[in-house]
Amino acid sequence: MLNQLTISALTAKLAKREVSAREAVQSCLDQIACVDKKIHAFISYNADDALAQAAAADQELAKGGSTARRLLGIPVAVKDVLAVKNQPLNCGSKILGKFVSPYDATVVEKLKAAGAIVFGRLNMDEFAMGSSTENSAFGTTRNPWDTTRIPGGSSGGSAAAVAADEAIATLGSDTGGSIRQPAALCGCVGLKPTYGRVSRYGLVAFASSLDQIGPLTKDIRDAATMLGVISGHDLRDSTSVPQPVPDYAASLTGDIKGLKLGLPKEYMIGGLDPEVKAAVDAAVRQFEKLGAEIVEISLPHTDYGVSVYYIIATAEASANLARFDGIRYGARVDGADPTELYRRTRGAGFGAEVKRRIILGTYVLSSGYYDAYYLRAQKVRTLIRNDFLQAFEKVDAIVTPTSPTAAFKIGEKSDDPLQMYLSDIFTISCNLAGICGISLPCGFTGSQPSTLNPQPRLPIGLQLLGKPFGEETLLKIAHAYEQNTLWHKERAATVI
Amino acid sequence: MSAAQFDIKYVAHLARLHLTPDEEKKLGAQLGGILGYIEKLKELDVTGVEPTAHAVPLVNVTRPDEVRPSLPHDKVLRNAPAQANGLFMAPKIVE
Repeated sequence: MLNQLTISALTAKLAKREVSAREAVQSCLDQIACVDKKIHAFISYNADDALAQAAAADQELAKGGSTARRLLGIPVAVKDVLAVKNQPLNCGSKILGKFVSPYDATVVEKLKAAGAIVFGRLNMDEFAMGSSTENSAFGTTRNPWDTTRIPGGSSGGSAAAVAADEAIATLGSDTGGSIRQPAALCGCVGLKPTYGRVSRYGLVAFASSLDQIGPLTKDIRDAATMLGVISGHDLRDSTSVPQPVPDYAASLTGDIKGLKLGLPKEYMIGGLDPEVKAAVDAAVRQFEKLGAEIVEISLPHTDYGVSVYYIIATAEASANLARFDGIRYGARVDGADPTELYRRTRGAGFGAEVKRRIILGTYVLSSGYYDAYYLRAQKVRTLIRNDFLQAFEKVDAIVTPTSPTAAFKIGEKSDDPLQMYLSDIFTISCNLAGICGISLPCGFTGSQPSTLNPQPRLPIGLQLLGKPFGEETLLKIAHAYEQNTLWHKERAATVI
Repeated sequence: MSAAQFDIKYVAHLARLHLTPDEEKKLGAQLGGILGYIEKLKELDVTGVEPTAHAVPLVNVTRPDEVRPSLPHDKVLRNAPAQANGLFMAPKIVE
C-alpha cells in the first residue's frame, strides 16, 4: 500500500518508475474514503485537483525528474490554517464563511516548488486554539489508535492523517505544542522549528510571537526532508531570520556519542502518568546506551509557563482576531451600525474557546491591567528564555515527555478549560523561549497488563528541545534513537 | 484581580463580541478560575527584568521602497460578504 510509505521510500519507488504519482495519490484517496468517516482528519479535499497534480508530476518523472524537486509526486496535506491558492480556508471556524485563498502561503509555494502534490484541508481546533481538535466548527477528529479518544490538538487532523496513512506527510502549526502534542498522541513525528526558521506568510495568525509552521511525518528522515523544503528567509515575513538552510538529512549519522542530554528535574511533576514516565525513562537509558551523556538540569521557571503563555497568547490573539469583523471577508451578520455588525458577526462566527481567549486577551491588555498581566508575563517570559539559554550552555538538547498523559477521552476535559491548558505544560515553554522541539514515538501505554487500571494501547511521545536553530542536532539525536527502536513502525489497528 | 471585579460585559464590549447571557455567565466563571491560576505570576520578583516581545529579536527590518505587484482588485473582493462598484459595502458610519 503506497499510502503507508514514508517520503523517502515513495521517492525511491517513484524515481525508479516502479509506481506512479497517480497511484500514490489514489492510494491516499482510497484510504481517506475507507477510514476518514471514522477519523475525520479532513475538512475537505479535492480529488480531481490532486489527481491532476499527480498527472503533471508523472510527466515530469517520465522525463527523469530533478534532484532539486525533493518532493516530486509526494502527496502532502495541510492544516486548515495555511493558505493554498484557490482552495477553501476556514481555520476550523464558521467565521470565514466561504473564504477561498487568493494566494499561496510561502510554505505552500515551497512545497509546490519541490514538486509536492498539495491536497486537502486538515481539521484543527478553531484558530489553532485547543489541545484536542474538539473546538472545530467542522466536528471532532478522532484518534486512529482509539476512536473514542482525541487526537490531540490543535493540529489534530494533521497528526491523525499521518497516523492513519491518509497522506504521506502533513503540515501543522505550533503555538504552544500544537504540532508536538498531537504527534505524540497519534504516534507520529512532529517538529516545531525555531521561531523565525520558517516563514509565517500565509499562516493565519493566532499568536504572532509564538506561531511556527512545521511538519508531521512517519519518521525522522521525512521530518528532515520536509524541514529542508519549508525553511528559509522570506521578505514577506519580517520575523523570518536570514540564516542559511543546512542539509538536514546530512545530520542523520546515527552517531550521538558524547552528546549531552539534559533532564529537567521540574518536569517530573505529579500529574505525569506512570506509564509515560516509564517510557521516557526507558528512552533515556537508550540514549545512554548509544553513548550520550545524561545530565540533570534545572529550568526553575517551568511552573510559570502556562500562566505566561495564556496571557501572551490570548493578548496577541485578541489583537490578531480583530480582523475578523465581517467587512472584507468571511461571514457577516448585519447590524444597524458598524459596531453592531462587528458584535453580531463575531458573536455568531466564533466558537466558545475562541471567545474565551479573546475575552481573556482583551482583559489582560485593557487599561489598568496591562502592567499587572501582560507586561509582567513578558518579563517572566525573559526568565523562562534565560532558563533555557543557561541550560544549553551545559547540554546539547533537553529530553522530556511531550504530554503528561496519552490521549484522553473525547469530552473528558472540554468543560474544564484550565485542565485542558495544563495538559500543554511540557510543550509551551519551547514557544515562549523561541527554541526548537520535536516529538517522536517512544512507547505505548497498556504494556503492563497486570496493573490495576489496565490502559488501552496508546502511543507515548518523547520530546527533544534544542537550541535556537539547533534542528540538526535534534534530528540527529531523534534519528539515532529511532534507528534503535521500532515504535515508529507500529500502525493503528483501526486504519489497517 | 479577583473574579468579582471581572466585568465581562465591559470586556466583551471592548472586544466587539456579542455574548448571550448564558455565555456571559459560563465564560465569567471560567475566566475567574483561569485568572486565579495566573495570579501565581505575582510570586515572582521581576524587578530589573526586561520584557521579551519576540524570542528572536530582529530590528529595523525593511525592504526596498519599490512598487511591487499586489493582488488584483477582483481577487481581493472575491471573498467580500457585500460589495458593489469595486468597493466593500459597510453600514453607514457618518450622517
